[in-house]
Amino acid sequence: MPQQIKYLFGLAVVLVFIFLIVRHYLVSPSFGQYGHYRAASLQTVVSQEIKYGGEIACTECHEDILTLKDKSYHRGVACEVCHSAAYAHTQDPYEHKPPAPRTRAYCPLCHGYNPTRPTGFPQIDPVRHNPAKPCISCHNPHDPTPPVTPKECEPCHTEIARTKILSPHAPLPCTQCHEAKEEHKLNPRVALPSKPRNREFCGQCHSQEAESPPEIPRVDMKSHYSGFLCWECHYPHYPEARLKKEEETE
Amino acid sequence: MNRRDLLKNLLIIPPGIFLGGLFLKTLSLLKKTPFGKISLESIYGKYNPHEHYYAMGIDIDKCIGCGRCVEACKIENNVPQEPFFFRTWVERYVITVDGETKVDSPEGGIHGFPETLSEKEILRTFFVPKLCNHCDNPPCVQVCPVGATYKTIDGVVLVDKDYCIGCRYCIQACPYGARYLHPETHTADKCTFCYHRIVKGLQPACVEVCPTGARIFGEVKPRNNPLARFVRFNKLGVLKPYLNTEPKVYYANLDKEVT
Repeated sequence: MPQQIKYLFGLAVVLVFIFLIVRHYLVSPSFGQYGHYRAASLQTVVSQEIKYGGEIACTECHEDILTLKDKSYHRGVACEVCHSAAYAHTQDPYEHKPPAPRTRAYCPLCHGYNPTRPTGFPQIDPVRHNPAKPCISCHNPHDPTPPVTPKECEPCHTEIARTKILSPHAPLPCTQCHEAKEEHKLNPRVALPSKPRNREFCGQCHSQEAESPPEIPRVDMKSHYSGFLCWECHYPHYPEARLKKEEETE
Repeated sequence: MNRRDLLKNLLIIPPGIFLGGLFLKTLSLLKKTPFGKISLESIYGKYNPHEHYYAMGIDIDKCIGCGRCVEACKIENNVPQEPFFFRTWVERYVITVDGETKVDSPEGGIHGFPETLSEKEILRTFFVPKLCNHCDNPPCVQVCPVGATYKTIDGVVLVDKDYCIGCRYCIQACPYGARYLHPETHTADKCTFCYHRIVKGLQPACVEVCPTGARIFGEVKPRNNPLARFVRFNKLGVLKPYLNTEPKVYYANLDKEVT
C-alpha cells in the first residue's frame, strides 16, 4: 500500500473519532429515544405549572353554589369562565381569592347582541336593556333566569326581531304565525313553538280571495309557483317581494 | 512574531475558541437535562402515552365568539398579552350579500367582536375558533433542522424550547398559521393541547372554560369519550384537507369559505 494512502487512512480514522467525541458531547443523551427529538424536553413540557383547576375541584367546598348552577341555564358554564384561573385558590383558599366580575361590561362578552352569534342564544342590546344597572342587580349569575319571564320574544330572538322590524311584516306579532306555549319561555327546547305548515296559511292574507286590507300584495295561489312552499323563496321575517317592487318604482 | 508563528496561531486559536464555546454550551445543556436515557415513568408518572391518542372537535354552530378560550389559553400558558401572539384565537367570518367573504379577528377575539356591518349587508356569518391542528402528518416537524419540534407518542405536536434555534422555518411551514416566535425566548411557540394538563387527566384550558361546549376534547379510538360521540353525531370537516396534513382538529358545520 502506498505511503500516502496509509496517511490518509489514519487521518480519516482520527477525524471519525473526533466527530464521534464531539457528537457525544453535543447531542443530548435522550435524543432519539422515542423519536427524532429529545425525550427530556417532554419533562419540561409536562412540568409546566397548572393555572386552571377544573370544575371538579370547586365541588369540594362550593357544593351549594354548584347545585344551584347545575339546575340553571348556566349549567354548562364552568366556574373559571367568570372567576378566572383558580388552581392557586384550590391550593391556598385564603391567600388567593379568585375575582368575581360585577360590572356591566362583563356579561355582554357573551350576551351582548352580535349578528354572528347563533340564533336562539340569549342576547341583549346593552344600550337599551336596563341601562346603567349592573347585571347582577336582577340576574343571579349562578341562576340567571330573568326575575320576570320575558313577555316578548325579542330577548332571545333578537336577530329575528331586529330583521322583522325593518320589514313589511313589522306590525305582525310573532304569535300571528307561531303558537308558543307558556312552557316555551321556561324550557325553550322542550316546548317548541309551532310553525306554518302550508301555502294556505300565507294565503289567508296573500291570496286573491283573502279578506285582508287591499294594500297587502296578492298572488294567484294556483299559478304562482305551485309545488313550492312560500318560505322556500320568501323569508317570512323579511319578505322581499314588495321591497323589490318599491326599488323598481324608485 | 514571525510569519510561521502567526499562521500556526491562526490555525489553532479560532477553532479552539469555537470548540471551547461548544463545550461550554454542552455543559449548560447537560445541567438542565439529566444524564443518560429517560424512562417514560420518570416523564409521565403513572400515565401511559401508548394508551392515548388525542384530538379535538369544534362545533362552529355553538361558538358565540366570547373569546374566553383565548383568554384562558393566554393565562394558562403564559402567552404574551400583546395582540399578535396566540396559541388559539377566534375568527369571525362574514359572507356579505355581495358574495364577498370578510374574515377578521380583532385581538384574537379576546375582547369580543365589535359590530361592523349591518344585518342588511350580511348573508351568513359565524365564528371559527382556531388552534394548532396537531396534524398526523405535520409539515412543521418535517422542516425543523434541529429536531426541536416533534409528535409525541400520544399524537400531540410539541416544541422543545431548549433545543429550538429560532430559525422560524416551522412558522413558515405551518399552513394554519398556528405558530409564532415567542418575543422573550425567541423560540417557536404553539398550542400543546395543554399537554401538562391532559397527562394529568384534566381538560385543556380552552375546553374547560368554553361556556357553550363548542370545543370537545377527547381521543380518537375508544368509543366511550366525548369526542367519539361528537364524531358519531356530526358531519365533520378539517381545514385544508387537500394538503394531506391529516389534521386532528375536527370541525362540525364547517362552511366552504373557511380556510
